[in-house]
Amino acid sequence: MDHASPMTRWLKGLALTLVVIFFMFPILWIVLMSFQTNETILRMPPSVVFTPTLENYQALITGKLVSSAGVLEIQFMRNLMNSVILSVCSVALSLLLGVPAAYAFARHKFRGSEDIAFTLLSFRFAPPLLVLLPLALYFQDLGLANTYIGLIWVYQLICLPLILWIVRGYFEDISPDVEHAYRLAGHSWFSTFRRIALPLAGPGIAAAGLLAFIFAWNNFVFALVLASADKQPVTVGALAFVTASGIQYGQIAAGIVLSIAPTLALALYAQRYLVEGLSLGAVKG
Amino acid sequence: MSAPALELDRVSKIYGAKAARPVRAVDAVSMSVAKGEIVALLGSSGCGKTSTLRMVAGFETVSEGAVRIAGREVNRVAPAKRNVAMAFEGYSLYPPLTVRENIAFALKSARLPREEVARRVAEIAHLLEIEPILDRYPASISGGQQQRASLGRALIREADLHLLDEPMGQLEPALRALLRGRIKHFVKERGLTAVLVTHDQTEANALADRIAVMEGGVLQQFASPAELKDRPANLFTGTFIGEPPMNVFQAQARAEGDALRLGLGEGVALDYPAAGFEPAVRETILKRGRVTLGVRPHAVRLDPAGAPAEVAANQWLGDQSHIAASFAGGTLVTVEHDRARLRPGDRIGVRFEPADLHVFDGETGAALSHGGRAA
Ligand SMILES: Nc1ncnc2c1ncn2[C@@H]1O[C@H](COP(=O)(O)OP(=O)(O)OP(=O)(O)O)[C@@H](O)[C@H]1O
Ligand SMILES: [Mg+2]
Repeated sequence: MDHASPMTRWLKGLALTLVVIFFMFPILWIVLMSFQTNETILRMPPSVVFTPTLENYQALITGKLVSSAGVLEIQFMRNLMNSVILSVCSVALSLLLGVPAAYAFARHKFRGSEDIAFTLLSFRFAPPLLVLLPLALYFQDLGLANTYIGLIWVYQLICLPLILWIVRGYFEDISPDVEHAYRLAGHSWFSTFRRIALPLAGPGIAAAGLLAFIFAWNNFVFALVLASADKQPVTVGALAFVTASGIQYGQIAAGIVLSIAPTLALALYAQRYLVEGLSLGAVKG
Repeated sequence: MSAPALELDRVSKIYGAKAARPVRAVDAVSMSVAKGEIVALLGSSGCGKTSTLRMVAGFETVSEGAVRIAGREVNRVAPAKRNVAMAFEGYSLYPPLTVRENIAFALKSARLPREEVARRVAEIAHLLEIEPILDRYPASISGGQQQRASLGRALIREADLHLLDEPMGQLEPALRALLRGRIKHFVKERGLTAVLVTHDQTEANALADRIAVMEGGVLQQFASPAELKDRPANLFTGTFIGEPPMNVFQAQARAEGDALRLGLGEGVALDYPAAGFEPAVRETILKRGRVTLGVRPHAVRLDPAGAPAEVAANQWLGDQSHIAASFAGGTLVTVEHDRARLRPGDRIGVRFEPADLHVFDGETGAALSHGGRAA
């Protein structure tokens, strides 16, 4: 890498720039849109020169959508809060269940353990709609429809397999003899798990948790089918912007900015873990 | 009489017992290690040495039989409660801790006073020549250094039993030889009991009071180094122990008057007068008919009047000559301590004294006689 010619370096730089522009441009455009009114957004020809306005954000935060047809109540902040509650709780539950399970699958091979682990992974491949409709009926009967608990339960379909498989790879990477040595020094199986295995797999667990958080945050269909307005996350709540009087582009943009902000911040903060966690998961899984 | 430090009672390890093809890695091994004794498990790769140690330490379940440590059956006792220390075959240092902390770990867990811990770490580090790396992290030291660090971590403890799985496999011969002596002294001085796994006969001979030779999961013989060499229990131990390996020939025994005639291939026959063998042994050999003869290379005598052989190669190793000769349809190796002036193609005569002759059953390989006396 170090001895690459200036030409290759330049080309590489160019390629990277193109990729970054390709992926970042929509985000940039949306950020710009969020500071404009519907009129400036829709003018022809489009232009990047405009007087920024905080109107859109104001409308979202106060929950009053002012349009030509009148004032519409929306619950964007409530949706955002729901997203936070659902994602955080689902990931927390998944970590609680998935990390010990991953350890068990990594360390104790028993008959059928591979099959069970694979079955859990296969939840990720199944088309969600296939399970959702029957699930919706059951949830109605059980009284779980439109509850946080019910949604968090269903979100385990997203988070648990992810955490299980990524973290398992990390545990498998730790030499069992490290743990054995610790146990011989007079420690129980559980304290070995807590004091040796968990800290060594720490980065992997963090990466898996973050990924699971992002997936949970971005989920749409589960909440669409199983939750009504007061439990809906932003992904579903954003539908409210499509109103009878037209589409409120500025407000949608502001909504998008607000809703991707947490995941974006998390992803940037934990970039290194994410890449490690993802590539390891890919190799191991 | 106090109970042996370790007792294996017909212990077996079967991997994948319910799978299509179970592996019997250890097969009904029985042995007993006295307190203060050093025992070496010697055998080729995959013969079940590590599996045996792991059952003793408690990381593998015992499929059959019983493991007793200091008289207590431990089949179902957690590793933490067995009071056993182990140096692992792979490296097993805890990465976030320095070498010093790794070695001191068990003592700290046992809440020993700080000065005592420091003193013992220093002693061990000196013993194993790892003082310069005490404050480094496992990831930044060499394989041999990691191995010594994990050996140190095992030796520093005062356990009922020390299990050392190839503790010096990664070291160069000179350092190995040095550490062998030191470790033996250390273990003996403290009256520790150690079971050591090794591939290296020299190491087993130098360190161990008794050696357990294993093959295919089966304990072949458990005896002192001298006994293994002089009185191998079967053909496997006979050929496995000793460097260069024992010469082996198929022979047909029959009586020639009073003498015992052992017919080898290509018309070569060795005649031994009745005095060379105990009458009962002679009887047994004659009854078997087909036997296998074993002669250690050091015991082959060059004698122009002996049976004819033709030199195939002559290697001077700096302190001894290894001469390979074709003899009775096979190859015979002999060791001479002077630089023998023999070239390929030279004709020589060889002779085996009855006292040097090992006779094994031609079918089962069980030893029949050593030096003319019953095995
Ligand atoms: N977990 C396992 N599952 C199945 N088979 C195993 C397992 N561990 C070991 N074996 C098999 O059991 C046999 C004995 O293995 P073991 O590790 O005890 O050999 P070893 O004598 O220590 O060899 P080496 O000198 O190479 O370390 C081998 O054939 C091995 O393939
Ligand atoms: Mg081994």
